[in-house]
Amino acid sequence: MIHASLTELRAALDAKKISSVELATLFLDRIEQHNPALNAFITVDRDGALAAARAADARIAAGNAGPLTGIPLAHKDVFCTEGVLTTCGSKMLSNFVSPYDAHVVSLLKAAGAVNLGKTNMDEFAMGSSNENSHYGPVRNPWDTTRIPGGSSGGSAAAVAARLAPIATGTDTGGSVRQPAGHTGITGIKPTYGVVSRYGMIAYASSLDQGGAFGASAADCAQLLSAMAGFDERDSTSLERPAEDYARELAAPASDQPLAGLRIGLPREFFAEGMAEDVRAAVEAALEQYRKLGATTVDVSLPNAKLAIPAYYVIAPAEASSNLSRFDGVRYGHRAAEYRDLAEMYAKSRAEGFGAEVKRRILVGTYVLSHGYYDAYYLQAQKLRRLIAQDFQAAFAQCDVIAGPTSPTTAWAIGEKTDDPVQMYLSDIYTIAVNLAGLPGLSHPCGFGGGNLPVGLQLIGDYFAEARLLATAHQYQQATDWHLRRPG
Amino acid sequence: MSLTTEQVLRIAGLARIELAEGDVEATRAKLNGIFGLIEQMQAVDTSGVEPMSHPQDVAQRLRDDVATEADRREAFQRVAPQTEAGLYLVPKVIE
Repeated sequence: MIHASLTELRAALDAKKISSVELATLFLDRIEQHNPALNAFITVDRDGALAAARAADARIAAGNAGPLTGIPLAHKDVFCTEGVLTTCGSKMLSNFVSPYDAHVVSLLKAAGAVNLGKTNMDEFAMGSSNENSHYGPVRNPWDTTRIPGGSSGGSAAAVAARLAPIATGTDTGGSVRQPAGHTGITGIKPTYGVVSRYGMIAYASSLDQGGAFGASAADCAQLLSAMAGFDERDSTSLERPAEDYARELAAPASDQPLAGLRIGLPREFFAEGMAEDVRAAVEAALEQYRKLGATTVDVSLPNAKLAIPAYYVIAPAEASSNLSRFDGVRYGHRAAEYRDLAEMYAKSRAEGFGAEVKRRILVGTYVLSHGYYDAYYLQAQKLRRLIAQDFQAAFAQCDVIAGPTSPTTAWAIGEKTDDPVQMYLSDIYTIAVNLAGLPGLSHPCGFGGGNLPVGLQLIGDYFAEARLLATAHQYQQATDWHLRRPG
Repeated sequence: MSLTTEQVLRIAGLARIELAEGDVEATRAKLNGIFGLIEQMQAVDTSGVEPMSHPQDVAQRLRDDVATEADRREAFQRVAPQTEAGLYLVPKVIE
């Protein structure tokens, strides 16, 4: 049961081969056993999970089960969960028991999914390695001396180590795709506006988007279908009818199920900077795609190199505004000693935020300060337009875009912590997708040196989630990388 | 571009983040590294390009001006550092 797909778990629950309570207990016991070595969870909610599992069992017995009823999952600790500690990886929220549920959390509750707990993450989702968590780094299940990626590293590590079959995440600059790549699992970030941001603690609002982790594209499709949908409480939520993202998974019975699919290869993604072991795995995956009937075509994203500079203006600017709410008045950490209100703010924020969060707030404060707005934020938003236009030009020549998820496999814990800029550059292939607001997916495509997973990124045009998932699913029908498990 | 110590202290003041004296120089060095990365943007001619704030260029939705939220003051104040009689307490601002 531990390694079963969602389809297999659904069948076992419906056939009463296992109850939801037994299934939840199985995963809770695994968390108890393996979490001390991985630190993937900040909070484990055994009582809440068992209560939800009992309710799910009643629903299954009554014949009212939906696709996810009784299925255990984990939520990234960025999602507010009523009555459960919600820290966002920060000391600032170390005592914050949320009084309400995020939209994603309420949707999954209503679907009957069983929340096992809240996963570790980079503080306020700012980071690429999970080392920025106040609750300690998450360790990569493939090699516990290495990072799992970030910022949704706890969710990725939990699914990779099968402490949960599926998990939620968020992706502002690659925070679902990059950790999925580094931990050998599948992760999807949908088109901006598809998943509601209500109750998802804000980092950079024009980029933040909820996403899904699973062992396979098929599992991700089911989770995403339950998470997505219009929500009037998020002003950037898109008014679109609900979708079944698994609808294109069944392919025609053919040994060339991807015949006719044109895969664009941006030459900028295959230039210098990609490690040789990553390149070898990605090239082999592209060869596999060609065997499945797809053709590859060279495309260009000439402004992609500007994505990181533009991101490090837009994201810190929005973060400095969003995080001004943490003032020690209504919730969160308040300093013990202060002489006046100004000092209370300054000390509470100095004590409550970690180093990287403070750096991004300071960068954002500067670029938004008087006289600098046009030179920084506005310029970055114009570059965003150019980057988005590059993708549209590329999609005139291809159906999906493919390339590496990250330039290297997972690095050693501590290797990049002293140099923020080196850390930022590791997101070179993922960030442009957020700036353009496009959907992106990472799936495992082999191993590099040290038996570390390599991820392949697929990027689709707006609202092409079902196609991305179907493409990855066909690859996973023909390969077994997604079935490999860490020792 | 290179930030001066005075600029770093001014930004920290605007951001309401106390910066310990011993941390100012290290903060300044790291911020300058980040701005070194950001400055690459300035070389690009973007005249005539419309800034993009939402990928779908949607308009802000409007709704009727009616109360939709229930009063949950007690639940929300339970997580506050200091409250009294339904009010949030802060240090005295007016003498």
